[in-house]
Amino acid sequence: MDLVIILQAGVASGTVLLFATIGEIFCERAGVTNLGVEGMMLLGAMSAFSVTVATGNAFAGILVAMLAAGLLSQVHAVITIHLQADQVVSGLALTFLGTGVSLVLGEGLSKAGTIAVLPPITIPVLGWIPFIGEIFFKNQNILVYFGYVFFPLCWYFINRTRPGLHLRAVGEYPAAADALGINVYRTRYLYVLVGGMLAGLAGATISLAISPGWFSELTTAGQGWIAVGLVIFARWDPLQAAVGSYIFGALRRLILDIQGPAMLFGLVNPFFANPYYGFFLQMIPYAFTVIVLVMGSREAMRKRLGAPAALGLPYIRGQRGA
Amino acid sequence: MSEATLPKKKGFQLPIAVRIEPRISETPFWLSPLLSLVAVLIALFIGGILLSLAGADPILSYQHIFKASFGDWYVFSDTLQKATPILLVTLACILAFRMRIWNIGAEGQFFLGAWGASLIVLLPVLPEDSPSWLFYLVMALSGMFFGALWGFVPGFLKAKFQVNEIITTLMMNYIAISWNNYFIFSVWSEGGFQMTRMFPKNAWLPRLGDFAAQIPFFRGMTTHMGLLVGIVAAVVIWYILFRSPWGYEIRLIGDNPKAAKYAGISITRNTVLVMMLSGALAGLAGMSEISGTVHRLQGAISPGYGFTGVIVAWLAKLNPFAAILASILFGALILAGREIQPSGIPKMIQGVILVCLIASDFFMRYNIRIERRKEA
Repeated sequence: MDLVIILQAGVASGTVLLFATIGEIFCERAGVTNLGVEGMMLLGAMSAFSVTVATGNAFAGILVAMLAAGLLSQVHAVITIHLQADQVVSGLALTFLGTGVSLVLGEGLSKAGTIAVLPPITIPVLGWIPFIGEIFFKNQNILVYFGYVFFPLCWYFINRTRPGLHLRAVGEYPAAADALGINVYRTRYLYVLVGGMLAGLAGATISLAISPGWFSELTTAGQGWIAVGLVIFARWDPLQAAVGSYIFGALRRLILDIQGPAMLFGLVNPFFANPYYGFFLQMIPYAFTVIVLVMGSREAMRKRLGAPAALGLPYIRGQRGA
Repeated sequence: MSEATLPKKKGFQLPIAVRIEPRISETPFWLSPLLSLVAVLIALFIGGILLSLAGADPILSYQHIFKASFGDWYVFSDTLQKATPILLVTLACILAFRMRIWNIGAEGQFFLGAWGASLIVLLPVLPEDSPSWLFYLVMALSGMFFGALWGFVPGFLKAKFQVNEIITTLMMNYIAISWNNYFIFSVWSEGGFQMTRMFPKNAWLPRLGDFAAQIPFFRGMTTHMGLLVGIVAAVVIWYILFRSPWGYEIRLIGDNPKAAKYAGISITRNTVLVMMLSGALAGLAGMSEISGTVHRLQGAISPGYGFTGVIVAWLAKLNPFAAILASILFGALILAGREIQPSGIPKMIQGVILVCLIASDFFMRYNIRIERRKEA
């Protein structure tokens, strides 16, 4: 159990959550909750793996994954934005739909063969720094590095640019945004699409890099839902989302590795002595999500900040009220 | 609202215009079931397209589903057997959804209910030769207790800290599955297999087939007493929701939480109570499934009943009586789904049905009028 290796792998598996969480942040900042992240991730994972097996090109896989998940997200967009249905139920439906479609199209894919995993890359100089450098810049795949660049850019985009301002306006006070000439409907469709594509990217990250392959629903194993929870923990902020994602990634990795050694801190490792205790370890990420949510919700209640004001409400042009 | 939602087209114009207006008058009583029916038909059509994309023959698949679930009385009794847990789980969802609490954790509550019922036999709480009625009663109570416990946690967190119950109930699902696995794999494992030993016959809910000596027609039929429990539960939930003061509170909170608060109704208390009763119903479903169908605790006791309940509740428009019919429909889908390939088809069709159902609600709220465009 080497701490560096655990954290290294943790950062890699946290990248999955990072993409999914930031995608959901974009979507919710525009005022649309999309609970279909799990379904979109599964569709992304399935199509990425399937296309990569067929073409041998991982980037084609990533592209198709993002397109497929983006397309699926538009089902949610139409239902919630134009048909004004309840976003919670529609998001759930999207998860069912995404899961079902992935299972049907992914039939037999688990035996489809192996793919060339995205190669590990070490960044010169940075990767030579002991500990920190080794964790973040050594033997990571390209998507992990993309994540490092991506989340600060997202923060900058949302908080410091004009389109980001429009995005926030649409999520906070759509009527005012509309009066200023921002197309509320178009903005919402766009960011639901962005959220979907990022969820697809997250799915592709799993099936092409983190744990390559297609294992039906177990491919994502609830990470989409954890991402939805992390959005609340991160209070709709990409920087905090990154912190949360990497912590969760490390936690997932730690759980896998802790069962390895016979001795732990000079004591007999109970998880090694009785491997069935591993089932309790498996509960930890989910229990931790609940705890994190409680903390996040208390914080949000105390400071009265967080959720975009118009989150979950359909915007009906010309209707009274917000 | 009228034309505002649709961008005005310039240049070429169709000779007809589609006007979308909010409904002002009461909707006719037949509209809602009709829309649901149309939505399901459209869903089956879309499902067919997806099936043929996946390389299956849609017509053959549907024929197969119908034959394998309604073909004769024996398969129909299997359908009812599958409909039983769905019905109970659906009622759990209906109760919570009426208050607009999104209990997506029926799956976990179902598992914990099954675990609680197994506890009675395997710990053992009751000796093997206890009378059957005692087994039924104690197993049901234990199943409901642990289901309610699993519902209490998210309910409490929601009431106390405003924690989003969708995510907590879902996380509780995963925890429940790991919890069950621990017992199935190690403590209660029978000879290293991932299942417990078979329950004694006293702990089995009676099936129609058990009465074959008196009524030969019932020979081999698998519908069990759980169905009766489910129907009674449907009546009880209907009574609670629509005839009792508590049900009025639940529906008022669901429709207008502000008004409920001003009326002095405790949202905190009701959130916890409704989540617990909802969990208890899902737990009862778990008990009825292992006592009536599986007769042991194992990993694969649910093909996602907890999630199917969400869809069935929506199909039934949150009406407990409509839930009975809708459950049978989905029981058929799940029964037949075990045999058709690819195995994800029932799940996919369920997803498409739910999407179409939600989309169809739009037509409850808006009038679509197609009229001839006047020459300008």
